[in-house]
Amino acid sequence: MAVPILKQGDYLIASIQTALSDRDMLELRDDLLERAGMLRSKGIIVDVTALDVMDSFASRSLRAIAHMANLRGARTVMVGIQPEVAFAMVQLGLNLEGVHTALDLEEGLTFLDRLTKDTGDAGD
Amino acid sequence: MTRATEEVRVRITTDDDIVTARQEGRRLSSVLGFSSTDLTLIATAISEVARNIRLYAERGDVQLQLVREPGREGIVVVARDKGPGIKDVDLAMQDGYSSGGSSGLGLPGARRLMDDFEIRSRPGRGVTVTMKKWTPGGG
Repeated sequence: MAVPILKQGDYLIASIQTALSDRDMLELRDDLLERAGMLRSKGIIVDVTALDVMDSFASRSLRAIAHMANLRGARTVMVGIQPEVAFAMVQLGLNLEGVHTALDLEEGLTFLDRLTKDTGDAGD
Repeated sequence: MTRATEEVRVRITTDDDIVTARQEGRRLSSVLGFSSTDLTLIATAISEVARNIRLYAERGDVQLQLVREPGREGIVVVARDKGPGIKDVDLAMQDGYSSGGSSGLGLPGARRLMDDFEIRSRPGRGVTVTMKKWTPGGG
């Protein structure tokens, strides 16, 4: 497995450590969805801090992860998009529409807590 | 005049080669005065044109070369394949158009990331993309 996936309570944290090939990216997608179902995860964090580029394939794959997980009842947050990667994504015309993002892992966890623990209580 | 260390050719036959090509491009460009943002733009553009080779021609190569001209320096990226070619280049350069089930942002996106971008297609004989990025201030 190219990307280690850690379980933390109701969440899964996928921490990308190195540049990923397209095949690695698809493997990450499949692993995450499988484990999220198996462990009944409520939230997924994908940490892309170490990703060298976010090209069209990578962003499409990450969007697919978020959408597929959402259909299975888990919310996804992407954290750690570096400033120069964000710049390149905008130039390239990419967006992560429908995908939650947060600055770093800590912010991502806070965000997921709010997102998953609120539902049901407020009645909205 | 080109020294051997200033030119790299990466054969594209697997997904891993896309990663190698963009990493070599970043490494080679880093000896010039590019900012880290520019290096990421170059690596991203290389990733897109290399993927295009895999997607439409399966194999090809990416040639990376530093150029030093009077008053400026930069990197030239030439991505070549001997695949089926692109039927309608103008269409292929439009945002969101894809004949291969991709996002359709690869080639037009790569053009926006680089300073110069030229694409030549010969039906049945392949595609050559040549793109350049110059260091700010002309080197």
